[in-house]
Amino acid sequence: MTDPILTLSGISKSFPGVRALNDVSLELYAGEVTALIGENGAGKSTLVKTMTGIYQPDTGEIRVAGKLVTLPTAHSASAAGITAIHQETVLFDELTVAENIYIGHAPTNRFGMIDWKTMRAEAKATLDSMAAGVDPDIKLKELGIAKKHLVAVARALSVDAQVVIMDEPTAALSQKEIEELYVLIELLKQDGKAILFISHKFDEIYRIADRFTVFRDGELVGKGLIKDTSQTQIVQLMVGRPVENIFPPRNATFGDVVLEAKGLSHPTEFEDISFTVRKGEILGFYGLVGAGRSEVMQAVFGLTQTSGGTLVLDGQTIAPKSPADAVEAGIVYVPEERGKQGVITGEPIFKNVSLPSLGKTSKNGFLRMAEEFAHARTYTERLDLRASSLSQNVSTLSGGNQQKVVIAKWLATHPKVIILDEPTKGIDIGSKAAVHEFMGELVAQGLSVIMVSSELPEVLGMSDRIVVMREGRVIDTLENDGLKPETLVRLAAGIAEEQAA
Amino acid sequence: MTDIHATGRSLPNRLDNPLKSAVLSWESLLVLVAVGIFLLNSFASPYFLNAYSLSDLTFNFTEKGLIALAMALLIISGEIDLSVAAIIALASTMMGLALQYGADTPTLVAVGVGVGILCGAFNGFLVTGLKLPSIVVTIGTMSLFRGIAFIVLGDQSFKGYPPSFSWFGQGYVWWVISLELMLFLVSAVIYWVLLHRTNFGRRVFAIGNNDVAAQFSGVRVDRIKFILFCLTGLMSGIAAVLLTARLGSTRPSIAEGFELEAITMVVLGGVSILGGAGSIVGVVLAALIIGLVTFGLGLLNVPGIVMTIFTGSLLIVVIALPILFRMWRLRA
Repeated sequence: MTDPILTLSGISKSFPGVRALNDVSLELYAGEVTALIGENGAGKSTLVKTMTGIYQPDTGEIRVAGKLVTLPTAHSASAAGITAIHQETVLFDELTVAENIYIGHAPTNRFGMIDWKTMRAEAKATLDSMAAGVDPDIKLKELGIAKKHLVAVARALSVDAQVVIMDEPTAALSQKEIEELYVLIELLKQDGKAILFISHKFDEIYRIADRFTVFRDGELVGKGLIKDTSQTQIVQLMVGRPVENIFPPRNATFGDVVLEAKGLSHPTEFEDISFTVRKGEILGFYGLVGAGRSEVMQAVFGLTQTSGGTLVLDGQTIAPKSPADAVEAGIVYVPEERGKQGVITGEPIFKNVSLPSLGKTSKNGFLRMAEEFAHARTYTERLDLRASSLSQNVSTLSGGNQQKVVIAKWLATHPKVIILDEPTKGIDIGSKAAVHEFMGELVAQGLSVIMVSSELPEVLGMSDRIVVMREGRVIDTLENDGLKPETLVRLAAGIAEEQAA
Repeated sequence: MTDIHATGRSLPNRLDNPLKSAVLSWESLLVLVAVGIFLLNSFASPYFLNAYSLSDLTFNFTEKGLIALAMALLIISGEIDLSVAAIIALASTMMGLALQYGADTPTLVAVGVGVGILCGAFNGFLVTGLKLPSIVVTIGTMSLFRGIAFIVLGDQSFKGYPPSFSWFGQGYVWWVISLELMLFLVSAVIYWVLLHRTNFGRRVFAIGNNDVAAQFSGVRVDRIKFILFCLTGLMSGIAAVLLTARLGSTRPSIAEGFELEAITMVVLGGVSILGGAGSIVGVVLAALIIGLVTFGLGLLNVPGIVMTIFTGSLLIVVIALPILFRMWRLRA
């Protein structure tokens, strides 16, 4: 067996109150894909950041082709031949494709000016070799997310990187685009690149990876060859316990209708949306990306104004003009964009949790810290939040734990209806199960839950009824009783029964 | 890691020692600087260490300091008001106009404060109602408000304010404690409570850190920003009353450059120019430091233009310091 191109050994990294990485190692081999697997908060992102020069490890060494290197800056990492393709690709919308590929290492002529002709020709050659079908002269903003990934890959090829890190590259892609990405990864493999592939999806890992490395709680818990290892074994390594029965049993008894939407319309996003949620019920909203599900929910939450239709909550017509109105009425919303809309990352946990319910912990508008801490502790502990203290900044928490902060914040307001928009997107299996289990508890306590989700197993596993939306309209509302996934997909995509059969 | 992942554990309120973080804070540094300048002044001029001299000193910062208190909240929320000095000019001009129509002292004060609030509300409406960036809006209203003052007054000035009105700028409540100083201290306590001890203050910080997430958390972002602009207008109106009463006259060029000094106080006080962080204690200390420095330079007969250079340099240094500090730490 050949020697690895990149070796990390004895890497440790601590942040105040948290040991993110503890004596971990990693080897990447030329022409092979290594999957990095672990729950959110396991230390994957921290490791990527130490490999790309963003963080400095406290201890340990990094060797590229056997030579010891230090990576004090992002630039030095790319000089050492390490490049990363992120979840949300870091490229420049206003520059052309060719400029994006060659920014930072553009070919120059003898006057030190950029040699545009060579740059464009080489960009075209690289893109053609990938069969990308992308014009190097158009601006990046005109491309979809999948094509942007192609550009990022082309960039990786052009800098002659030896190591390519792909951090959840498929998160925003459709199935067809994912297939195209697999082809590219094959291309990179043939080119002798060592690839680190980070994903939560097991089907992808088994499809594309040769080796795996599993992290748990900042420590290395296992590594090996994918072909010799079963999924169950890897899952057990990840969570440290066998995972059975992913979805909790559903509540069987429902109360009266709590929230009813009648003919909600919006000038551009959706039209004639009607649905009801009963007490103790989980109502799933399924549809393709862009079907208008989030837009409907944001209107219910008072973020956008409807042009028609009514909302009835507990028999009273409401018309929330702002989220503050909706929260007062008892409707809360867990947004999809957790980092931007869900949590205030610069503030500590307890301030995030108490923000919407300050009225409960304060007296005549004056803060009472003891009550506030107690309040925050009650709700974060119910969700098993993993943190070192309540004053820890939310930015230092993993995605799954940030989501717990958002949910804790809303539970503290004692809502009637809780809307969850893609609640487990980008969350590892362990946190996912925790969120699902918690949704079950919520409805058991008499709350009503509306869950927008694009993940079929989640929609089918959690919902009591499912509303399917397509192009801004409700297509059907189905009892979730022996529903086949194919039925939902067919309705969401607008494929007729006969053709599907 | 075991303590973090143990089940059934209770999350502590905080891990760091609050006393230790207080000692290492920006405010402690400001106290040291203030004491240092105080000692320097004492050595530099034999006239400095004297109750009346120190009382005079306070007039150097009370009016701007009053504005800085409200400005601190506004900057923490992620907005800014560059029109405060122009609001003083307009409020003062309107008071002078009211005087021509025979207004008595209570009316004059009401006009000054009222115009201040109205100007603040106008800024607030443009920013929150029309969703315009505050830096552009208040550059515009800065010219607008002072422009009106120039149209009304031309190269004239209003004089002849009644003695009962002059008391607001020249009166003493007790011994050497002026009404201005008293107002500043009382306002400082009120703003401290408002920012650090109320739900309102907590929401101001949340907005400054991430106004989208704050809105998604049910905070009425626009309403709070509007109130902050009105408060800044109110404090500018109060400053207009004090300054007009102290000078005994209104010229359209009154209070020129006040906005820069007020913002310098806020930033020197440790308020992040990007919003989301800061404290009233820091702003009060910064006001005191700027008062000490300008008074000290005055005692040494340093001309006013040099003081402007000093204020400008201080503003740049104070904004650059935290950034340089971070760069230095990253390299270390």
